[in-house]
Amino acid sequence: MFRNQYDQDVTTWSPQGRMHQVEYAMEAVKQGSAAVGLKSDTHVVLATLNRASSELSSHQRKTFKVDDHLGIAMSGIISDGRSLCRYMRNECLNHRYVFEAPLPTARLVRQVADRAQVCTQRSWKRPYGVGLLVAGFDKAGGKLFYCCPSGSYYDYKAMAIGARSQAAKTYLERKFEEFASADLDTLIRHGLQALSASVTDGELTKDNVSVALVGKGTPLTLLEDADLEPHLAALADEVGGDGAGSGGAMEEGGGADGASAPPAAPDGASGAAEAAPAPEDEPPAPMET
Amino acid sequence: MLPVPTSHSPALGPGCAGPSLAYASASTRSDIAPPSAQQPCCGSEPFMVDPSAAAGLGLRRHTDTPYVTGTSVLGITYKDGVMLAADTLGSYGSTKRYKSFERLAKVNDATVLGAGGELSDFQYIQTLLDELATEDYCADDGMQLTPREVYAYLSRVLYNRRNKFDPLWNSLVVGGLEGGVPFLGTVGMIGVHYTDKHIATGFGQMLARPLFRERHRPDMSEEEATELLHDALRVCYYRDKQTTNKFQIAKVTAEGVSVSEAFALETQWGYQAFVNPAANALGTW
Repeated sequence: MFRNQYDQDVTTWSPQGRMHQVEYAMEAVKQGSAAVGLKSDTHVVLATLNRASSELSSHQRKTFKVDDHLGIAMSGIISDGRSLCRYMRNECLNHRYVFEAPLPTARLVRQVADRAQVCTQRSWKRPYGVGLLVAGFDKAGGKLFYCCPSGSYYDYKAMAIGARSQAAKTYLERKFEEFASADLDTLIRHGLQALSASVTDGELTKDNVSVALVGKGTPLTLLEDADLEPHLAALADEVGGDGAGSGGAMEEGGGADGASAPPAAPDGASGAAEAAPAPEDEPPAPMET
Repeated sequence: MLPVPTSHSPALGPGCAGPSLAYASASTRSDIAPPSAQQPCCGSEPFMVDPSAAAGLGLRRHTDTPYVTGTSVLGITYKDGVMLAADTLGSYGSTKRYKSFERLAKVNDATVLGAGGELSDFQYIQTLLDELATEDYCADDGMQLTPREVYAYLSRVLYNRRNKFDPLWNSLVVGGLEGGVPFLGTVGMIGVHYTDKHIATGFGQMLARPLFRERHRPDMSEEEATELLHDALRVCYYRDKQTTNKFQIAKVTAEGVSVSEAFALETQWGYQAFVNPAANALGTW
């Protein structure tokens, strides 16, 4: 399993100028199921695909409310993500207590990134194995950030992370110009479409999808279970129309891809290949399964 | 981790200079239990008193009473924003010790702060706000504290310090413009805070506030507002012995913050009542 002799320690450089432990942490983000984020001029939406470890278990939650103006979706080691979530909630509460105002999204994201960066520069620490999509709405407007285990953070119009996210990204890249003026329902629909592109087996159901939304005058809201049904029904209608009656559970993701953009198919395929090891090594204990 | 300003110690709360790293916390040491409802996240003891204040025998007492003080601060809203007024005297007891102490200070482009009470504590509060302004500058995102945030912050600081039995002995007035809307609030030394359309602290509460109640309108022009403040300041000067005839007016408008040069007001001491002040006040002597 060892790739080389320079990956035993986070603080050791490889002669090529890489830090393998940090790169492994970023790989961990790709092991988790997909999370999608996108924004319009008035709203920011997150959507995640939640896995269940067995038929008997519930689905792993990976979308969290941090504060009234801010929520996160994550992919990778969810327990790491929860500890970051706790940190973020704490910072938001402290800021609200001291200043009676919401903590600006960009400031919080920077604090989280600084925290992640420390873990890449201390020999006794381990980088976070989780990627965060942070959606917030504050006086600077709607914001969508991706926080990476390396301590980098990026401002996005739309972004997808996690297993087979390339297919979702392809969808977002094709459609993002429509997002700015989209209304909330359409934006959610686009988020679910993107998410469905990253599904290869099974389909989006009210049990395995979570959506979080926040916007001007709308505090962060989680949509789960029954709240999602109208959106999923509308999505099924769209896909049914596009896919020319291909129907069937298996084709749901592939149908969306195949129908509107042939280039997405290879991406989807490579995404599947890249994530193939995930189901194989069944008991990666700390990972979401 | 980013350095935390010492005066915003996570262990002691806002406005307390004290340890932030000296106290091991769950975030720096893994063998410490994570915070619970009974224990703050910083890992320190709940309701901790500043150890430097508690050091030695008994509590530090020399900040319990004010030494060099300023008197009232007045503030009104008007059509274009907010105006604050105060004199420039730092009294040492009844001695007019410092005659050009500026008690009105710009906080940022939309906020101004006026202070009465212990003036060294006011200077300390200014360093706290400077630290926050530096943080805003370093974040480099163009955001700065709004007047309402400054006001909330100061009320937390003053309340926190009084809970440590080490109060900042000030009455503060915060004025500013937030999204084109004037903001005016005051914070007292024990953390009492409120907002209003016109505000006066200290003796000014008795002397200037009645004038404001009579003549203040939110849609006053700049000239009217200035005249009202001049009249109120004049009354304060006549009746409050801690006031000198050297004043400043600060204003916050859409153009920004400006604090005027010190000026004196025309006063009239020729009243018959002033010639022999004891004539109408028959005392025991």
